[in-house]
Amino acid sequence: MRLINIDKKSWTGGLENLYGNYRLFGPVKNNKHHVFKELSKGELPDLNYLNTLLSPKSIVFSQSETMFEYSLDESKEQHHILKEINKDYSPQALIGIRPCDAASFQLVKRNFDTPEYKDPYWLRAYESTTFVGLACSNPCSTCFCTSTGCGPFHEDGLDLLLVDEGENFIAKILTPGGENFIKSAGWETETDPVAAEKIIKNMKIKAEKKIASFVSTDQLKNRSAIDLYAAPFWEEIAFACINCGTCTYACPTCWCFDIQDEVSKNLGIRMRNWDSCMFPLFTLHGTGYNPRNTKMQRVRQRFMHKLKYYVDKYDDGIQCVGCGRCIRLCPVNIDIRRVCDMMNKYEG
Amino acid sequence: MQNPYLPYPVCIDEIITETEDKNLKTFKLVFLNPDDEEKFSYMPGQFAELSVAGKGEIPIGIASSPTEKGYLKFTVNKVGLVTTCLHSMKAGDIIGVRGPLGRHLWDTLKGKKIVIIGGGFAFTTLRSSIAYMLDPLNRMNFKDINVIYGARSPGMLLYRDELAEWETRDDINMHITVDSTDDPDWKYNVGFVPTITEQKAPPWDSDTYALICGPPIMIKFTQPVLDKLGYAHDHIIMSLEMRMKCGIGICGRCNIGKKYVCKDGPVFTLAELDNMPKEY
Repeated sequence: MRLINIDKKSWTGGLENLYGNYRLFGPVKNNKHHVFKELSKGELPDLNYLNTLLSPKSIVFSQSETMFEYSLDESKEQHHILKEINKDYSPQALIGIRPCDAASFQLVKRNFDTPEYKDPYWLRAYESTTFVGLACSNPCSTCFCTSTGCGPFHEDGLDLLLVDEGENFIAKILTPGGENFIKSAGWETETDPVAAEKIIKNMKIKAEKKIASFVSTDQLKNRSAIDLYAAPFWEEIAFACINCGTCTYACPTCWCFDIQDEVSKNLGIRMRNWDSCMFPLFTLHGTGYNPRNTKMQRVRQRFMHKLKYYVDKYDDGIQCVGCGRCIRLCPVNIDIRRVCDMMNKYEG
Repeated sequence: MQNPYLPYPVCIDEIITETEDKNLKTFKLVFLNPDDEEKFSYMPGQFAELSVAGKGEIPIGIASSPTEKGYLKFTVNKVGLVTTCLHSMKAGDIIGVRGPLGRHLWDTLKGKKIVIIGGGFAFTTLRSSIAYMLDPLNRMNFKDINVIYGARSPGMLLYRDELAEWETRDDINMHITVDSTDDPDWKYNVGFVPTITEQKAPPWDSDTYALICGPPIMIKFTQPVLDKLGYAHDHIIMSLEMRMKCGIGICGRCNIGKKYVCKDGPVFTLAELDNMPKEY
């Protein structure tokens, strides 16, 4: 594993070299907030940021994406038959992604890449992406990544980790994809790996100490799903919820989608759009019956999915990387950390 | 990479209006590419997404049996956008089929006594199951077959010609019933499905499996009857319905607890359902 020293004076030049080989995405300040967007030539990512308002999931999983097209014109060959469309899956790089968001792609991959079915749209976009992480030296007050199996210097899901040392970045190459990225940028100054690892380790310890909030998840696996489902606290948790869906919209690990047809004149497309378990239409049957008809049922579904069904299904940790966005953005202050602790403690 | 969202193109070969309220039609579909029929290898109890270009997709149980070659059949109730459009289509129109989707439990059922309990238009996949078991190459693989099937009135029963044919056979015991009728020539049962089940279903033994499909109200009142008759919950197989989109366990909406009805179902044993939240 190579460690490279990137002098910030060579940062802009390196990005220019990359521009011909990758579509580059990075955090850019947009009015008040940082958001991930595609960088035009000469545009620099602003790496002086805490985290983006929304997660970068849309770079692999578009909020709205065309799947097929077709003609409804009966005079045309192959009318009414759905056709795959050509899409651009040329290499792209996500520069400055936080380790929590990078970990979320690994987690979401389990849903889109199953033994039985592969989701070609998500997987092709994912495989074309190089994840260039930026270690967090100043986590937010709502971050709880260290209790979700993640952390401010976490490397899983990254091809390359950048550690900001002030005048320079230490770049830790983690995969062949990261190696290609570094080569393409032309950053070549190798650094003493032992000394660099020591610096990273010290910075990591400092950053982890700054994480101020935690959740307990150790008992979730042992709890009964039926008992948790019937727990008395759901009405209270859901009481203030206005079912706005902001939590699922901002969440890097929420993957649910809808499929819809749209027609203009005789040309139609089938597309998929992000959807949310917070909305009643999500589960409404054709008969009018809805198994999750009340707000409480929908709030319960969101937390049970993330903190219990996922844990049971994959026999692993929770479906959450601790980025804290749902906590920061919830208009009525519903806090997943509190709910997680309530569920973890609940003995039935 | 194979695209699991891409439907196979099919042509509507025939449309049969099944019921007196004209709300249920059976669509006989023929694959445009013969290779696709090979790939669409299914078993009774599975379903498919029917795709109408410009409208969308709907999950529908497969009513034909894999023993019936050259076509697929789906019986569709007219309910929403896609089904209403389907009901207005004609023979020769092109639609799509995506599947087969969901699991089946026929490995468990081989060599067993089968009790089929169906109500209303949920009889479609049960029809597939009966046609499959009655196929001359399969019948010896099953012991006694009992069928209890009910609808509101005689004119609301599906597949009436077939029901009449099955009535004449000695290798299947039919117990057809209607909620009520003023037809003086009605020669079968009158009564709700749970009542007829109590009267006609064979007592349970470990070789007997019940396959149930019907409206929630029928299931709710049939379950205590089966308990009374001693049916073990892991010998009661039910098929569930949910709003679905992808049909392959990815889009996230049809879960009950950690199970997706589309991929981990739609058939579940009652023993499995006993361990899942009652959110259906």
